[in-house]
Formats: sequence, structure tokens, C-alpha cells
Amino acid sequence: MTELLVASKKGLFVLEGDPAAGQPFELTSRAFAGEPVEYALRDQRSGRLIAAVTSAFHGPKLWYADDPSGDWDQADGIALPEGGDAALQRIWVIVAGEADGMLYAGGDPGVLFESRDGGVTWELNRALWDHPSRSSWQPGGGGLCLHSIVPWPGEPDKLAVAVSAAGVWLTDDRGASWRRGNAGLIGRYLPEEDQTGSDDLCVHSLQRAPLQPERIFMQFHGGVYRSDDAGESWIEIGSGLPSDFGFPIAVDPADPESVFVIPLNADSDRVSAEGRMCVYESRDAGANWSARGAGLPSEHAYLTVLRQAFCRAGDGAPVELYFGATSGDVFGSGDGGANWFTVADRLAPVHAVTAVH
Amino acid sequence: MARVRVREPLKKLADGQAEHIFDGATVAELLRAFEQTYPALRGWILDERGRIRRHINVFVNGERGTEDTAVTPAALIDVLPAISGG
Repeated sequence: MTELLVASKKGLFVLEGDPAAGQPFELTSRAFAGEPVEYALRDQRSGRLIAAVTSAFHGPKLWYADDPSGDWDQADGIALPEGGDAALQRIWVIVAGEADGMLYAGGDPGVLFESRDGGVTWELNRALWDHPSRSSWQPGGGGLCLHSIVPWPGEPDKLAVAVSAAGVWLTDDRGASWRRGNAGLIGRYLPEEDQTGSDDLCVHSLQRAPLQPERIFMQFHGGVYRSDDAGESWIEIGSGLPSDFGFPIAVDPADPESVFVIPLNADSDRVSAEGRMCVYESRDAGANWSARGAGLPSEHAYLTVLRQAFCRAGDGAPVELYFGATSGDVFGSGDGGANWFTVADRLAPVHAVTAVH
Repeated sequence: MARVRVREPLKKLADGQAEHIFDGATVAELLRAFEQTYPALRGWILDERGRIRRHINVFVNGERGTEDTAVTPAALIDVLPAISGG
């Protein structure tokens, strides 16, 4: 049985089902009715649910609960320093860290929060907040969002994060200091003479290969990249895709050569490439790509899949994959993308999808 | 002592009471006093900069107010969600 947390523009939907059955999942719960839920995670260590909700009226908050149908408690500490000239706009992502009870949350404006008690209390990472380069960071279209956090399995001191559009940041001392990891990234949206070497880098998503942690895959704002040196440098691997523009990226936890992307037409046309909904898979670390669309809408399909709306579940062999679209459709595959089925339709616009097998 | 009126969900965070009395010369001072009395309200009306959140409307005796609007001891302050959404 797999539990799917679908964070949407109108609340959090919890669905459960068996992907082997290839049938829609059962909708078991809806929380935060009417509120924009940006992301939700079930911490598999504690079983606790953590949800990021951005009230249009009352601002961004984090909430936690053991039962999504029960009462949720507001987490403490999700705020910027008072009296400054910035306010927290949104929490984009929540990720379990490697240390016991450690959780990370990334948000706008380019901020990282840390919890050491499983999500009840949080602190702003001051080293990144106070980084001397911060005044030069440029927001992307979605804001100055810290949207990707990739821990290193078994190494709690090592972490990579990405900010749109301030590139990749690496730490080897559990967030006490940060350095950039942008070598090789090319911003095609910049003037030609500035495309190489700029730090105005609109990373869309990062995922680390768990069995080969020095390998990280990236969907960029025009370009798909791979790093084999833990994010220090990047090589482009998007050749062979119908479009190398997209937002999310997923990896197979059992195979560091495997990576999945969902191409959109272009930055000027952010819908499924060529009018058909298709996931593209590489089983050789990006050298070659294959379409994996069996069971997905194959014509007149103009869907948008946001950066947090694609996830994996299970340990692989085969990996389960799930994604949701702003159309309110959610699709799943229980066999590593070979075949797809409709998990749910007619939900609210999907912001994020996470799953626990 | 000016009166501050709130509705849900702010009411729930303020011990379930819809009406409160605080001292303060401006809207910002009153709302800070409100937050200090009910810490669960921190961040719900004012952001970290001390500004009223974009989609919260504050009325002083029925007139739209800002953080700097002066209040008298007899003032009635309503804190309401704006007409907005999507």
C-alpha cells in the first residue's frame, strides 16, 4: 500500500492505494480545506506529517500532525528575524535530514530552516541568511525560492541546496558555512557574454542518487545536468529530450544511472511537450533518453507539472513514480514508468506530491 | 483602552474571545500588544517587518487604517480578512 500526499491550491489530499492494481487511489482525507498547501511530507522515521501552508491572509506556516484527519499544530520558529526588511513568503519544500529528528525546510526569500525535534520547532540557518552575497541574489519567476534540499545518506554534515535563481549551495559542516556549486551551468536566458560564469542561475530541481551520493541530477531553466562530484561541477545531459525545459526531476534509489524528467515545451510555453503527457527516462545517467508514456494522455494534453509535483516511492526494483498537474490530475506508475495509471483526477491544482510506500 | 475585534481563525488563537482591550497610540502598537498577550497570534496579522499582512484589512472606527493610524482610547479596531482569493 502506498500513501500519497497531494498538496494543492485548495488543501492537502491524502490518497492510498496499491500501484500494482493500476486503479485510482482512495481519497482518505483532506486537510486545510481551501488553503494553499505548498508541500507535505510524512517523516518515515517518526510517522509525523509536516505540511507547509501559505494562507493568503495570515502568511506561511508549518503544521504537524500524526493523523491528517485530526488536529494539526503550528510549528514554532518559521519566520525571519523581526524588524528587518524582509518577510517570509512561502515554504517550498520539507526534507528529512540524516541526523536523528533532523528536518529541513526551504523557502522564499532563499532561506533554510532546520528542526532538530522532528518538526515541532525550527531555526533559521544563519550562515546562509547572512551570506555576504545575498544582496545580489536574483529571484526567479516563483520568487527567491530555496526549493531543493538534498542530504547525503549517512553524512549529516553534508548538504546541497538550490535557490532559484541563486544557484547551488554546498555545505560540509552541517550548514555552518556555504559555498557555491555552479561550475558548468549555463544560463541561456542571460546575455551571451554572461551565460558562463554567472551566479544568476535558475535551478529548478535537484535530486541525489542515494547509492552514489556524489551524483546529483538537476533540472535547470533550460538544460538537464548531472554532477559526479557532489555538486561542485555539472555536465549537460539533456540531449535527446524533446525539450530540456521542465521543473521536477526524479531518480531511482536502486540505480544511480537512472533519472526521470517531465519535459515541458519551453519557458514560454510551460505545458507537456508536443501536446502529450510523457515522462522521459534515462538508464545511463543521461546519455540516452526514452519516452515513458504508456497510460498517460497521448494527444491534446497540455498539462503543467510544477517542480515539487513529481516523486518516487519505495526502494526501487521497480521504483514507484507519481506526479500531479495543475489540471488536478495525478498519475502513477508501479513499474518504474513503464506503465501509468490515473491515481486521481479533478483535484485542485497540484503543487506537490510526496509518497510513502 | 481601545477595543480590538477579530474573527476566526484569529479568535481561536486569542483564547476564543472576539473582543479585546489594549493600550496603544497607533494600530501597530495595539497589534503588538495583542501579539504579546496571545503569542500564538505572532505572524498572523503583522509580518516580520511589522507590516500588516497584504490581505488583512484593519479598520479604525470603520475607516481603513494602516500601521501608523492613530487610535484613541475609545477607538474600535476591526481586524478582518480582505476580500481576496482565487
